[in-house]
Amino acid sequence: MKERIEGLRESFEQELKAAGSSEAVEKLRVAYLGKKGSVTELLKGLKDVGAQQKKELGQHVNLLKRAVEQRLSERIEEIKAAEEQREIEGAERYDVTLPTEGDPGSYHPITVVQRQLEEIFTSMGFVVEDFREIVTDYECFEAVNIPKDHPARDMQDTYYLENGQLLKTHTSAAQNFILQKYGAPCRAIFPGRCFRNEATDASHENTFFQMEGIMVDKNISISNLIYFMKTMLSEVFQRDVKVRLRPGFFPFVEPGFELDISCLICGGEGCSTCHHSGWVELCPCGMIHPNVLKMGGVDPEEYTGFAFGLGLTRLVMMKYGVKDIRDLNSGNLKALAQFRHE
Amino acid sequence: MLISMNWIGDFVDLRGLDIPALIQRFTLSTAEVEDIYEMGRDLRGVVAGKILSVENHPDSKKLHLLKVDGGDKVYDVVCGAPNVREGLIVPFVKEGGMVGGQEIGMARLAGFESHGMCCSEKELGISADHSGLMELPEDTPVGRDVTELYGIIDTVFEVDNKSLTNRPDLWGHYGIAREFAALSGRELRPLETVSLEQFDSLEPIDIDVQDKELCYRYSGLKVRNITKKVSPVDMRIRLFYCGSRAINLLADLTNYLMLEMGQPMHAFDCAKVDSIRVRRFDSPFTFTTLDGTERRVDENTLMICTKSGGEDIPVAIAGIMGGLDSEIEGDTDSLLLESANFDGASVRKSSTRLGLRTDASMRYEKTLDPEMTVPAIGRFMKLLLGIDPQAQVISRLTDVYVKHYPKVELAFDKAYVDRYTGIEIEDERIMGTLSSLGFEPRQEGDRFTVGVPSWRATKDVTIKADIIEEITRIYGYDNFEIATTMSPLYPRRRSAGAKADNFVKDILVQTYQLHEVHSYIWQDVKKCRALNIEPEENIRLINAQTPDHEVIRRSMGPTLLSVLGENRAFGAQFGVFEIGRVAEGVRKEDGLVNERKNLGIALFSRTSGEKELYLKLAGIIKSLGRSVKRVELELANCQPEFKWQHPRNTAVIMAEGTALGWICTLVPSVLRSIDRKAAVVCGQLDMDAFASLPEGELSYREPSRFPGIDIDLSVVLPEGMRFADMEPAWKGAGHLAGVGLIDSFQQAGRRSLTLRFSFSSGEKTLSKEEVQPIVDGIIERLSAGGAVLRS
Repeated sequence: MKERIEGLRESFEQELKAAGSSEAVEKLRVAYLGKKGSVTELLKGLKDVGAQQKKELGQHVNLLKRAVEQRLSERIEEIKAAEEQREIEGAERYDVTLPTEGDPGSYHPITVVQRQLEEIFTSMGFVVEDFREIVTDYECFEAVNIPKDHPARDMQDTYYLENGQLLKTHTSAAQNFILQKYGAPCRAIFPGRCFRNEATDASHENTFFQMEGIMVDKNISISNLIYFMKTMLSEVFQRDVKVRLRPGFFPFVEPGFELDISCLICGGEGCSTCHHSGWVELCPCGMIHPNVLKMGGVDPEEYTGFAFGLGLTRLVMMKYGVKDIRDLNSGNLKALAQFRHE
Repeated sequence: MLISMNWIGDFVDLRGLDIPALIQRFTLSTAEVEDIYEMGRDLRGVVAGKILSVENHPDSKKLHLLKVDGGDKVYDVVCGAPNVREGLIVPFVKEGGMVGGQEIGMARLAGFESHGMCCSEKELGISADHSGLMELPEDTPVGRDVTELYGIIDTVFEVDNKSLTNRPDLWGHYGIAREFAALSGRELRPLETVSLEQFDSLEPIDIDVQDKELCYRYSGLKVRNITKKVSPVDMRIRLFYCGSRAINLLADLTNYLMLEMGQPMHAFDCAKVDSIRVRRFDSPFTFTTLDGTERRVDENTLMICTKSGGEDIPVAIAGIMGGLDSEIEGDTDSLLLESANFDGASVRKSSTRLGLRTDASMRYEKTLDPEMTVPAIGRFMKLLLGIDPQAQVISRLTDVYVKHYPKVELAFDKAYVDRYTGIEIEDERIMGTLSSLGFEPRQEGDRFTVGVPSWRATKDVTIKADIIEEITRIYGYDNFEIATTMSPLYPRRRSAGAKADNFVKDILVQTYQLHEVHSYIWQDVKKCRALNIEPEENIRLINAQTPDHEVIRRSMGPTLLSVLGENRAFGAQFGVFEIGRVAEGVRKEDGLVNERKNLGIALFSRTSGEKELYLKLAGIIKSLGRSVKRVELELANCQPEFKWQHPRNTAVIMAEGTALGWICTLVPSVLRSIDRKAAVVCGQLDMDAFASLPEGELSYREPSRFPGIDIDLSVVLPEGMRFADMEPAWKGAGHLAGVGLIDSFQQAGRRSLTLRFSFSSGEKTLSKEEVQPIVDGIIERLSAGGAVLRS
């Protein structure tokens, strides 16, 4: 009996070595451990031996059975691993450098820059407002303190309509509407399309975008205005921007300023972009004129505020190096479809 | 405007100060300086040299051999100038000196040594005259440095005229000097003038200001016996440095006065003009200005006239330019001097109408101080008598003062200054700044009362916030401590319109790969015609650059269709959109334009059919409704609004009974004008109305833990039946969770749809047996409507 056990172990080891596939291993399992398998037969044969021998032989047969079971499962793992490896090695290597499909469309560059600004302003508690393009003389001029004889009202600058309305010449035309709508305190920006009746060329457009902002509250001061403009512009240009204010005259602010930033090209050293002054004129701003507040229904004795106007179209041109302003309204997708990401 | 620092130095002593730094301060506190020019610094060793002898050059007709006394010794000089003569005193650069930045060394000219150079005015950089050597007065001390003698070394800076728009007081050197005085803390000297009261006993001039609306003040004085014709050298240099041109003494003096005080003046030849009438005429006429141009003058233009034989003869366009006939010429020895003040807006408008902008009109249109006219005459006489002591005043000062500006006085508290500036500025500083600028401040406790000087009171300084500007600009904005605002927190309200715009753009760009474009608010007639689209009638611009652009667009369609056509080569399939404005006529109730903000979409494809593209657009519109507003937008066939919309495939976009826009295919002629083969569709959504739709509620349903059952049914539709017409057949059916379209095809002329009905229950796994009766009910109702199950 003992010899049979050993003989079986040896023959199993030989056959296992020869089994090269999971099917062959399965066959082997049936041949040894199946209902009529040799090990099973051996176990069955135990009933014919004496009790004394039975115990000892039983142990040997069971050891054999467990060894066979273990060797079989080991072999199956090996074969599976080898098969997996074969499959892996046989797989195609895909060309990830092929052109891909499913690109998004594109945002107009004005939208791109407008959204960046909107995000900065909303993070500082400003609402984003929107205003009509066809406005009244009152909204565009009267309500922002532009007197009757001001050159801005001359025909050559403003598009007038048959019914006496006009195409807004600046986003300030929305100031009265915003002040009336929100009252004080108020923080709002209002981007919008503006129109100037002039011949177009590479640097002049009759249709362009501005973004205006106002902040009205108790005790808003010039000191706050400078702080705010500096903070805001540092966010816009993503670096610490030096600003300086010069007196500038705009009827809707008093005092009014021209705000310069240190030239971003030369860092203030002086170059051709900044006409060797180190400064670039960027945006008009100022303390909202008491008359404008009054007409907006806000008491100028109780509230003060500042306003600023950013040339959105100009910022886009500066930011992306657009040389011909007319590209922006051209509808030419060769130019515009480049702005895929907002 | 060009400003000479030497001239400024006449009124405020800036010696010992850093001039470039002071000019920089001027930019930050007053007006933008665009350029700074250093004059005369390219000259060295230029002295007054006396030509002792002139010999002809043996071989040259042009050259002469000179002996020039340079003060220290006599120099041999070879010179080619035509006006050399013995005894002449000229600017002379000695050997080793410099002119125009060029070193002058010993040179050998046509065989002779030259140890210096005699100069023309142009070579010295003090005029454009290069006709010959500059001739210095006979009494010029030989050997004296010429640059010192005439103030040739100067710093001249150019101020951006635009930044002076609101400062009528800064259009002359004296006003600028006042700023420098305030900025440097030094004193402003008064202008030296001649007292005009001494002439009070003389006859007045016959001046009649008939137009009291447009002429605020007219002051005049007559002078005769003017013997000098040429202005002194230093005066001519200043004029040249400041961009003017020397003409003759009287013309130069009026220009000099204007550059000095900002008061335009006009000198009439007294022989031709001896009385003054200021008026407009009833009908247009032609008038020749002193530049020799014949101009058409209309009835709105104010004229200066003189009375002659009972008629008013025009002699000048008020505030703009004098007439050719009354011009001062070289032999004029008597003049009628005008120093006047006119309505600024009227001068500006006349100058625009005439297309004639002059140094005078530019100043008048800023609204000058009428108080200036008389001191300007006093100053003129001071200068004239200094140059030509023989000149004799022959009239009294005649001054017709029509319109006085009211005296402006402003009052405010210290707390107001603190609140407005956000910084602490001491009382003394406030008082000092205002005084230095010519204001008259008084202080009582915390209360300031400020008298505004006449030169700031014409329009510039009218409210107390204007005073804040005066205080802060001199204080210097770069000296401000800056600080964040301290305001209470409050919730930020978001405008529905701005929110919807952004959301819509994201969906169109990210999900549907459309490209955003911008266009114009007006209809482009040429582009419409190219599309075979008849231009619409709508409200017009009255002053468009071209009649092709004068009608405001009524729809986004044509604009975007043009964009598609222009981009045909961009790709086989692409789409564009714009959120822009259209005008839907004029509202009856208030006469205002009914402006609407609209989303326009246009799709182009050479790979998809028109139907596919049309349904894609319908899908885009519906997804906007679901994503942005959580509402189901409905589409229904409708009559086209425009002729270019296809009558069979134009659909209105509806939400809760309101029309929000449309989608359409195009009539063949328009379609083919864009592309012969491609499919094109377009649509428009009213963003104002869309943004104001109430947002749909999101009602959360527990996800079912049990699997559902899908039943596919293929139905054949009768002619004309739409999907929407079948919907009642399954509406409200038990356990029905959704209906989807699996397939759609034409069979034997009939439309066939395969629909998938999904059933599910939150309580149990549905069995086929449970669902079947529900399905049967649907089938029954469908066939009752004419849609039968395909066998």
